[in-house]
Amino acid sequence: MAGHADPGFDTLALHAGASPDPTTGARAVPIHLTTSFVFESSDHAAALFNLERAGHVYSRISNPTNAVFEQRMAALEGGIGAIATASGQAALHLAVATLMGAGSHIVASTALYGGSQNLLHYTMRRFGIETTFVKPGDIGGWRAAVRHNTKLFFGETVGNPGLDVLDIPTVAQIAHEARVPLLVDSTLTTPYLVKPLELGADLVYHSATKFLSGHGTVIGGVLIDGGSFDWEAAGHFPELSQPYEGFHHMVFTEESTVGAFLLRARREGLRDFGACMSPHTAWLILQGIETLSLRMERHMSNTEKVVQFLASHPLVGRVGHPLIESHPSHALANQLLRFGARGAGSVFSFDIRGSRAQGRAFIEALKIFSHLANVGDCRSLVIHPASTTHFRMSDEALAGAGIGPGTIRLSIGLEDADDLIDDLKRALKAAEKAGA
Amino acid sequence: MELTVNGATTYCYTGGKPFDAAKPTVVFIHGVLNDHSVWILQSRYLAHHGFNVLAVDLPGHCRSGGEAPASVEAAADFIGALLDAAGVARAALVGHSWGSLIALEAAARLGERITHLVLVGTAFPMKVSPALIEASLHEPEKALRMVNVFSRSTLAAPPSALGPGTWVFGAGMALGRRVLRSNPAVNVFHRGFVACDSYANGEAAIAAVACPVLFVLGEQDQMTHPKAAQSLIRAAQSAGRRFTVATVPVGHHQMTEAPDATLAALLAFLRQG
Repeated sequence: MAGHADPGFDTLALHAGASPDPTTGARAVPIHLTTSFVFESSDHAAALFNLERAGHVYSRISNPTNAVFEQRMAALEGGIGAIATASGQAALHLAVATLMGAGSHIVASTALYGGSQNLLHYTMRRFGIETTFVKPGDIGGWRAAVRHNTKLFFGETVGNPGLDVLDIPTVAQIAHEARVPLLVDSTLTTPYLVKPLELGADLVYHSATKFLSGHGTVIGGVLIDGGSFDWEAAGHFPELSQPYEGFHHMVFTEESTVGAFLLRARREGLRDFGACMSPHTAWLILQGIETLSLRMERHMSNTEKVVQFLASHPLVGRVGHPLIESHPSHALANQLLRFGARGAGSVFSFDIRGSRAQGRAFIEALKIFSHLANVGDCRSLVIHPASTTHFRMSDEALAGAGIGPGTIRLSIGLEDADDLIDDLKRALKAAEKAGA
Repeated sequence: MELTVNGATTYCYTGGKPFDAAKPTVVFIHGVLNDHSVWILQSRYLAHHGFNVLAVDLPGHCRSGGEAPASVEAAADFIGALLDAAGVARAALVGHSWGSLIALEAAARLGERITHLVLVGTAFPMKVSPALIEASLHEPEKALRMVNVFSRSTLAAPPSALGPGTWVFGAGMALGRRVLRSNPAVNVFHRGFVACDSYANGEAAIAAVACPVLFVLGEQDQMTHPKAAQSLIRAAQSAGRRFTVATVPVGHHQMTEAPDATLAALLAFLRQG
């Protein structure tokens, strides 16, 4: 049915939310670097502030360039709208802070990005919000963790660091039985590889810093609402279904049957917490989204070749990608992801059979892979947790965290696959020598 | 606010202001598989600018109980009962799509009680293709997508009902699913389409209307093309009715793809005596 009136994914990635500028004719999305927008009249100003009319007031709350990015992401994810945020972490915080306050509870996957774990395990707890962590594949564990004050389920499409694929339909069903929404971090997969809303999730967010931007240039996030969750029927989200004194006693679920969450998140969350995105950042991320499909195809094909190479190398003990048949999520990846296990992304870890020193030697011998703390760049990236992010931990403690002394995390970029394999081959040789 | 109409709970959005029957009242009537929230921007503005607003969820839709109307005529009778329940002597009626036919028929039946009639995205006859009617019953998700594809005119709507960052197409899909789910007893999608398709009294109704009429038509409307409103316009002309035609440069989502232009047309008309 794709066509002019019902465009497909690639067309939406280029056109959703944007049309030629009506004043200048500019075809590319203009960068609206302005803090504020002139009112037509006092009445217009009052109407904008009171949500009687829609428009831009102040760029912390909304901005035309950001709005293009937001519409585009909502279109690609199958949502009703989106909110651009200062980072992926800001998007997660915005979701949590919109839905709950002190005394609330979250059930989250154990397989999370470290920053998300920190936020939930340490920081939100300080604000009275507790989290129970459950292994993503422990379906009974999700159900058992629900409490009377649970307000949110949360997981990643493919979890950190082992690429455990979240069984979104099943976890969403358990969440809905408990009358809570499922929030999914889809950073590593992007809507090109999986659309969590179509599988039953209610809210999705991304660190747009990664594959959406794709070029390692800016920090940003985005939170998308599927409009599917009935906050009023759930009966325990007064933030959305009761008058809000902080905004004209508005009852958000009355204002919008499907968009109450986004209304409050923007009107309270961006207004008060202020973790907004710069329009320049939105523009750069839009440049990335325009080529998302092309890049993700190349990320996948390069990853497939690198995984095959590593899996057959004698110094490599384990390759943690669902492409490997013995990977615990191999079957689920084939079932849920658009391109099956190929679509489990291009960020994965593998173990060198060797010591911490050998892992360090491997990293230092690489010429094309960049040693840094990021993923989702067009360039290939690498990090050795035992000598960087987790260097203070003993080997025993590392094992407890599922990390070996020789564990290496790769983010496969868009270079020639042969060059990447050549680089890895040379570095593995260096690691072998370091162990001799 | 909630009223009891024909023995059933009926929800009306009042635009964020308390109901005040002393002010001029505007009743907003939604179309098939919609609810009050499609009128948010227009109804909230009017409520804060001197009008009393009742944006209703039709019976059997979302927050309202009761039997979902099976015909335009039944729905028009409900509108009369709604005015009685609210204690409103006279009101303006604003309807979109199916709601425009309901507003038209109600205005014809209620005579002097109706001060203004606004028909947004209207057509007569409002024929629905047999394939779409069939799909609404057996493949509602497919039919919902068809309706939303036909309804949109742009991939770049201006800031809309949820503010900037709204994806109008996605919002339309989500609302349709929610409304359909809200009534487990009746497929209100199919019932609404059948009611549109079978309504035959449009030309007689507009001849019987006692108040001025505003047509708000989407230039790119594929659901109710402006040409399809011509029979009503001609009938109004023949009957000597006062009428105005306003066009907005969008499709069938007039209220969300062109919220300001739709509001401006409404406001100018409603402020006429």
